[in-house]
Amino acid sequence: MKIVFKKQLLVLCLVIMATCKMAIAQDVDLFKSLDEQDKKDKANQTDYTTAIFKTTRMINGQSIENVGSGVLDVKISHRFTPINAGAKGLWGLDGANMRMGVDYGINSKLMVGVGRTKFGLFDGFAKYKLIRQSTGKVTMPVSVALSAGVIWSTDKTGTYNNYTDRFNYSIQAIIARKFNDYVSLQVVPTVIHYNSVEKSSIPNNFYSVGLGGRLRLTKRVNLTAEYYYRITKPDDFTYAGSKPVNCLSVGFDIETGGHVFQFHFSNSPDMNDRSFINETVSKWNVDAVRFGFNIARVFVVNKPKEVKL
Amino acid sequence: MFSLGAMSQKVYATKTGQISFDATGTCAEAIKATNNQVDSKFVDKSGQIVFSVLIKGFKFANALMEDHFNENYMESTKFPKADFKGFITNIASVNFAKDGIYEVSAKGTLTIGGKGKEITVPGTITVENGKPTIKANLSIPLTDFIHGSYIGSQISSNAKATIVCKYE
Repeated sequence: MKIVFKKQLLVLCLVIMATCKMAIAQDVDLFKSLDEQDKKDKANQTDYTTAIFKTTRMINGQSIENVGSGVLDVKISHRFTPINAGAKGLWGLDGANMRMGVDYGINSKLMVGVGRTKFGLFDGFAKYKLIRQSTGKVTMPVSVALSAGVIWSTDKTGTYNNYTDRFNYSIQAIIARKFNDYVSLQVVPTVIHYNSVEKSSIPNNFYSVGLGGRLRLTKRVNLTAEYYYRITKPDDFTYAGSKPVNCLSVGFDIETGGHVFQFHFSNSPDMNDRSFINETVSKWNVDAVRFGFNIARVFVVNKPKEVKL
Repeated sequence: MFSLGAMSQKVYATKTGQISFDATGTCAEAIKATNNQVDSKFVDKSGQIVFSVLIKGFKFANALMEDHFNENYMESTKFPKADFKGFITNIASVNFAKDGIYEVSAKGTLTIGGKGKEITVPGTITVENGKPTIKANLSIPLTDFIHGSYIGSQISSNAKATIVCKYE
């Protein structure tokens, strides 16, 4: 009888604890209840996966990552000439294609960026995070983002006389998964749209699929790789007189506090979606592979409101 | 039954306590974060006290710093929470019926990143209209808790943490 009464009291107390937060109880063991709470929380809370990749670019293309809200990310990228220049040409470091750009996080889901590549190639993009990978209460196996970019060339040579002819667009869906602390992969279905093409037999839309991955070597160093497979390969589409090939890049991400350094080898000298995906003409061999880097430095421009420090 | 229970002991609780820390070293950028979701409870009679906090709940001004904090230092996927389990050793000196500021000291185990360490923390309990607020400052030796290497003097080896919990 007495035991039953005690049990009822305990149940009542638990109810009061839950509702009023001010509890009246007997023989409470907070250590035990905290451990039980932890177990419950593990099931009831959604743990969003963070840091799938180290930065917003895989190597040449977009990664699933966004810059944080109110954060300005300054990116300086170089792609040198082929390493077969040897010691005399400092393994290609004498010549470089270059992009300077800034990215900005409008909020935690939307980022925008602009950049300029040698010579007179301007680009801009917006990337929006649709779905976040998570475990716990809401389990989501992948993160998904959409990226839309525009490239405007100021070069008036060739058939690109008209202002509107010199625009290209890229639309990408980025689907990524962090398998564990060491391995993350992404798949990127891509459409590149040319406003103007040289022949009527060449389509305006080019489809491709990008694959990207990282292998964490240490806490600060990742081995990364990126490959774009072109689905649309019209016979008479050439770039600079050569038939395009698929672009493969392999490199390292090195992170030091506010900087991320990306060093890599690629068969493309370009950093714009259209150029490196569709217009890479050198095969992956010692005569074509070149060294390149992206350097990113973040600056907090606009502190999030909830952070009062 | 109510009066019967009330005579024995009372558990004060909050889920919206605040903890902030500052681990700025020689780095130009301040390494500071705040968490406004500290879960804490204590018993007025025994002085038993617990704090629990979600590591991913620490908000930094710089989102990249937050990522590095979670990824490189705290391994917060593996160790999602930090907690403190202990006792206020001089709880008897606090009169919860009388407004005032009482000096207290808590002794117990601080667990961060799966590593536990015995600590003693001085603090105060402020009683106002029968509701207690705990305030405490503590110095956390990071080398005892964080995982992996950290950048020399850029990050201070001792994080200064401030806790403010208003209990109901």
